[in-house]
Amino acid sequence: MKLRIHVTLKPGVLDPQGKAIEHALAGLGFAGVEGARVGKLIELDVADGTGDADVDRMCRQLLANTVIENYRVERA
Amino acid sequence: MKTAVIVFPGSNCDRDIAVALEQVTGTAPAMVWHRETALPDGVGLVAVPGGFSYGDYLRAGAMAARSPIMAAVAAAAGEGRPVLGVCNGFQVLTEAGLLPGALMRNAGLNFVCRDVALTVENADSAFTRLYRAGERVHFPVAHHDGNYVADGETLDRLEGEGRVAFRYAEPLNGSARDIAGVLNDGGNVLGMMPHPERKIEAAHGGDDGRRMFEGLMALVGA
Repeated sequence: MKLRIHVTLKPGVLDPQGKAIEHALAGLGFAGVEGARVGKLIELDVADGTGDADVDRMCRQLLANTVIENYRVERA
Repeated sequence: MKTAVIVFPGSNCDRDIAVALEQVTGTAPAMVWHRETALPDGVGLVAVPGGFSYGDYLRAGAMAARSPIMAAVAAAAGEGRPVLGVCNGFQVLTEAGLLPGALMRNAGLNFVCRDVALTVENADSAFTRLYRAGERVHFPVAHHDGNYVADGETLDRLEGEGRVAFRYAEPLNGSARDIAGVLNDGGNVLGMMPHPERKIEAAHGGDDGRRMFEGLMALVGA
C-alpha cells in the first residue's frame, strides 16, 4: 500500500524558499502570482493494513516537525 | 572533567569540539556513537556537535534527534547535567524537544559562513558564567538553517525567563528577535548556532569561546 504524506509549513511561518520562487516567477514575467509555499511530498510503501494511528505516529515522531509544519496523509 | 561528544553519521564538527574540550580540560572526551544507549559513567558535559548529521535530510537534525543515544542525553539533561548543542547540535536539541522552537532555512536563503558579533544576554548560566551580561563576543557561524522560530508566547517566555543566552548583534539569518542561542528551563541545556569551539585560541582569530568551556569545567569539576 502506498501512502503520500504532504508536509507543509504552518500558515504564518515565513517560507523563504517560497518567497524566492514567488520572486523568480515575477522575474520571468508571470504576473499575478500572489504567493508560493514549498512543502515536501513523502511517499511510503507500507504493509497493507497499516493503521491510521501508526501512520500518525510516524508523522508526529519523525516526518513532520509539528512546531512549524502540518501534515496530511493520502492513501493511494 | 569527563566530557562526551555524540557522534552521528555525516557530522563534520565532532572533531572540532573534541579538540576544544581536550585543550581546555586536558582530557580527551569520550566519543559516543549514536547507536549507543548509555553515556559513559561520570560524564559532566555532553556535547552535541555541529555539522550536517544525516546530510540534513528530511530536516536539519531530525534523524539524529531520534537516534538511540538521545534518550540518554535527555536523561542527563533531566538530571541537570550540562548539554551543549552547537549548530546542527542546536537543531538536534530542538528536534528532540530538549529546547523549544525550531530552526528553519535562513531568511536570505544564503549559507552564512563568517565571524559574527554576538551579545551575551544571560551571564548566569553554566555556559556563560565567565562572560559579562551585555558583553560583545565574536564567534564563527556556518549554517544554512539557523533561522530560529517559535511562537510569540514562547519567545516572550524565553525572554522573560532570561533564557536567551546569545543574540546576534545584527540581523543574520532571519532569527526571531535575533536569537542566536537559547537555554532550557533548567539553564543546563544550551543550543546555539555560532561555534564557540572554533574560537579557543589566538590562532583561531580569538579565544572568546574558551571561556564557555572553562566556565563549564570549573563548575562541574576538572
